[in-house]
Amino acid sequence: MLLIRCPYCEEERPELEFRNAGEAHIARSANMAGESDDDFEKFFFIRSNPKGIIYERWRHMHGCARFFNAVRDTVTDKFIMTYKAGEPKPAKLPGASK
Amino acid sequence: MIAAFRIPGAGRLKQAETARFSFDGQSYSGVEGDTLASALLANGVHLVGRSFKYHRPRGFLSAGAEEPNALVEIKRDSARKTPNVRATVQELYDGLTAQSQNRWPSLSFDVGAVNDIASPLFSAGFYYKTFMWPKAAWKKFYEPKIRAAAGLGVAPDQPDPDHYSARFAHCDVLVLGGGAAGIAAALAAAETGVRVILADEQADFGGSLRFESGARIEGQDGFAWAQAAVAKLKGMDNVRVLSRTTAFGYYAQNFVGLVERVSDHLQNPGRELPRERLWQVRAKRVVLATGAIERHMVFADNDRPGIMLASAARTYLNHYGVAVGRNIGVYTANDSAYAAAIDLKKAGVGVAAIVDLRDNPTGPVIDEARALGIEVNFGRAVIRAGGKLRVSSMTVQPKNGGGERTIPVDAILMSAGWTPSVHLFSQSRGKVAFNDETKRFVPGTYVQDCVSVGACNGTDGLSATIDEAYAAGAKAAKDAGASTVKGTKPKVDASESWSRGMLGAAPGAGPGTTVKAFVDFQNDVTAKDIRQAVHEGMHSIEHVKRFTTNGMATDQGKTSNMHGLAIAAETLGKPIPQVGLTTFRAPYTPVTFGSIVGHARGPLFDATRKTAIHPWAEAQGAVFEDVGQWKRAWYFPKAGEDMHAAVDRECVTVRKTAGLFDASTLGKIEVVGPDAAKFMELLYTNPWEKLEPGRCRYGIMLREDGFIYDDGVVGRLAPDRFHVTTTTGGAPRVMNHMEDYLQTEFPHLNVWLTSITEQWAVIAVQGPKSRDIIAPLVEGIDMSDEALPHMSVREGRICGVPTRLFRMSFTGERGFEVNVPADYGQAVWEALWAEGQKLGACAYGTESMHVLRAEKGYIIVGQDTDGTVTPNDAGLDWAVGKKKTDFVGIRGMARPDLVAKGRKQLVGLKTKDPKVVLEEGAQIVADPKQAIPMTMIGHVTSSYWSQNCGRSIALALVAGGRDRMGETLYVPMPDGTIEVEITGMVFFDEKGERLNG
Repeated sequence: MLLIRCPYCEEERPELEFRNAGEAHIARSANMAGESDDDFEKFFFIRSNPKGIIYERWRHMHGCARFFNAVRDTVTDKFIMTYKAGEPKPAKLPGASK
Repeated sequence: MIAAFRIPGAGRLKQAETARFSFDGQSYSGVEGDTLASALLANGVHLVGRSFKYHRPRGFLSAGAEEPNALVEIKRDSARKTPNVRATVQELYDGLTAQSQNRWPSLSFDVGAVNDIASPLFSAGFYYKTFMWPKAAWKKFYEPKIRAAAGLGVAPDQPDPDHYSARFAHCDVLVLGGGAAGIAAALAAAETGVRVILADEQADFGGSLRFESGARIEGQDGFAWAQAAVAKLKGMDNVRVLSRTTAFGYYAQNFVGLVERVSDHLQNPGRELPRERLWQVRAKRVVLATGAIERHMVFADNDRPGIMLASAARTYLNHYGVAVGRNIGVYTANDSAYAAAIDLKKAGVGVAAIVDLRDNPTGPVIDEARALGIEVNFGRAVIRAGGKLRVSSMTVQPKNGGGERTIPVDAILMSAGWTPSVHLFSQSRGKVAFNDETKRFVPGTYVQDCVSVGACNGTDGLSATIDEAYAAGAKAAKDAGASTVKGTKPKVDASESWSRGMLGAAPGAGPGTTVKAFVDFQNDVTAKDIRQAVHEGMHSIEHVKRFTTNGMATDQGKTSNMHGLAIAAETLGKPIPQVGLTTFRAPYTPVTFGSIVGHARGPLFDATRKTAIHPWAEAQGAVFEDVGQWKRAWYFPKAGEDMHAAVDRECVTVRKTAGLFDASTLGKIEVVGPDAAKFMELLYTNPWEKLEPGRCRYGIMLREDGFIYDDGVVGRLAPDRFHVTTTTGGAPRVMNHMEDYLQTEFPHLNVWLTSITEQWAVIAVQGPKSRDIIAPLVEGIDMSDEALPHMSVREGRICGVPTRLFRMSFTGERGFEVNVPADYGQAVWEALWAEGQKLGACAYGTESMHVLRAEKGYIIVGQDTDGTVTPNDAGLDWAVGKKKTDFVGIRGMARPDLVAKGRKQLVGLKTKDPKVVLEEGAQIVADPKQAIPMTMIGHVTSSYWSQNCGRSIALALVAGGRDRMGETLYVPMPDGTIEVEITGMVFFDEKGERLNG
């Protein structure tokens, strides 16, 4: 069972308290009704599914109930960092060589 | 009387024979502290099982958890039967009953042993090749026969009456393994004051100090020191000591699963004790002190009962006081087996000869063996064992060939060297590294915060082990936050050392031979099988493993993996590290389902939710159905009524008079705040801004893809307050969906969401007399049609308690839903029931609710929709705000495929024969005479007998359904095709006049 740091509670808590909510940084258009078929397809269906670093959303379901973002390595399952919803994608990851 | 093979004065047990036990119906006696294995050996019993595939007679290979052969069934009573228990691990208690497995009619005469003679049929990969023709015979004949003939124990056929508990724990330093290394590490860590857990799988701590007679620490025998050190640890407040506890899995972030066997060793455990306890431990640092496992020699017929690991024979002698034979042979490729011969010789047991594969080894143990008068042969191999039910001889030959000599023996002790137990390290995702000099895999690259010490780290010798372990324990404590180390390192006065050994098949079982030299005892894999697998093209060790099943039995290859790997590498002509080791997976030893499941079984498997009105319904004799976690009243049968009769009566009564229905399970969410209406506009298809306070609207919620996600009636209590209802099953996910959008997409909206499902009990009162039932109890609400029209909501009081009174209908009748605080739910229900009784109303359950709503064509999300239905498909276009510029699903709904012609649409179905009730889920076709497979154009989503309509009614999703009104379609069923006509969805009161009736 993983430990996940909730950026709102500022605490590491067991995975059981959390629920994954899919890939992060996929913004919903302000003009949703006017989106083209292609743009809607990209927004709704296409996900990166990387081997390695993924930016994803989690919810501290059985805690503060807040949604937040996390950076996780899908190979090692390690959480690199977590940050609050609405904050930009981190430019540099802690411990990353580049 | 002392058992025949118990040596007076030897071992550490009090030799008063206090425990009676039986094995295969025969009574024996043992002593307190025995394992089943040591007690049987004390009585001269070596034959304890038959092998998996060839049904070969088998005895004890080991004295511990690695045992592949001695698997028995332990039976406490008819329900408490545990198969595949390792006799070497099972502690003896008075009255223990054990049985051998996989034999018929008896252990010494087993018909299945014919497999041994027919063994060419059963070589590697036999079931992939042999039984493939004719194809049909596999399922009906071969597979059942093979399954009956092969196999181990029989699973119990009754529910497990024992209970199992579970604990979570946190610590700074978790030490796994309680031998010399683990104890030293635990002492070092504990003395700093950090929280330490020390666990070992055996009843006593000490590990290999149990048999190492040459070990002395702090001026005393090594095992005695271990007991004193553990007693000291037990006395410390910051230390938890767990014996009989196996760490079976090492998971991410230093999370370790352990099973503590609490009562399997007790004669009368009593009901208050759990059988096992699951520990889930999160440790800042883990010290792995899991030791090493001795390997056997791979030679012909090395599986005969009486042939065992040298360390096992030493354990039986030095700990249990049991001699494993009277005339013993030793076959070794390293030093440690000499110590076994020496200990046995000193105890008065005859040692016929030591056969050493090495050419000219030297060392103190060899000198000592010679000094004791033991015959020592170098450069020779045991090429064959004699005997069947018990070993009777060993045949010795110079290892490069030459004259044979057969030496009579009644036991052979073997040692090919020691394999570090890197199982848990490997489970932690650490990478092992091959040490070419010592020919063993040791921990290489660490991934987690752990450290390996002692034999599992490839450290030889007690002094070096204690040095390493003590330093590692202190460092782990420091890394976990300890400030100073206070204690002193235990001093080693004398120690033994385990030198190297050999891997793979011994001379006489090498390439070109066809003898049965077992590599994996439990799965009956021989050296020849592994070579054959390579020859047949299995070049990866993972393929060799699966093709031969080497290492895939319940012992997971603890004794066999390295031999198997070495033979595969030799056959491939590659160095061992290039062939690679198979992955170690949890569990280290088998774990019971009970310990994993714990208390989560029966009624505690999942939460049960009951409404405030549940006790009343129960008292009325309601039949309940499960709806998610909820128990809902399904129908209320009167005396003599079946479900059909009860539902017919309930449905008719509601439309004729009135009915009361417990709708408390409906999901309810309060949406509050200055931007509440804006938020509702975005989450539902309907327009909300202009809905006046006090009015209700049927709302549809979509996912972003345009499909219906949920529905429900929403009441606006105030400009900034909505009382939203959801489907019973949908409440949690609707709440999550709303929170998701509020927190991440629309955080600028000033809105709060609160789940109020359990705060309000809901009593639906439906039917022409519904107002007459409610009105006498209500205060402060004008109940006239003008003041409280259909689809409106008022706050006031009923029976003196607050209510949110909705005028709404899920039956098509004049109807109300009375919300009251849940604590008053039953009292208000009873008051309404009393009023209803005066007028002849009934209570109705979920089945009638379903029929009544279907008569009106009201859909149920999740029954009439399935996640691929748009509002248009469901005929609900009217509920989509045409002028709205945004809501969740607005774009998805407009996708080309979702607006294309020919989509499945919800319609009504009437069977041509009104008495025939369709099956829900039945498929619909246009032409029943077409060839199979037919083109299916839709399916039945809801279907009932409607007493009110005097016929069956159904709803269905049919391609282009609304353009097919009046068409005849067909529902092919196994016993004939049913003709149906497509109709509108409303079967009763099409004009909707009864809403105000």
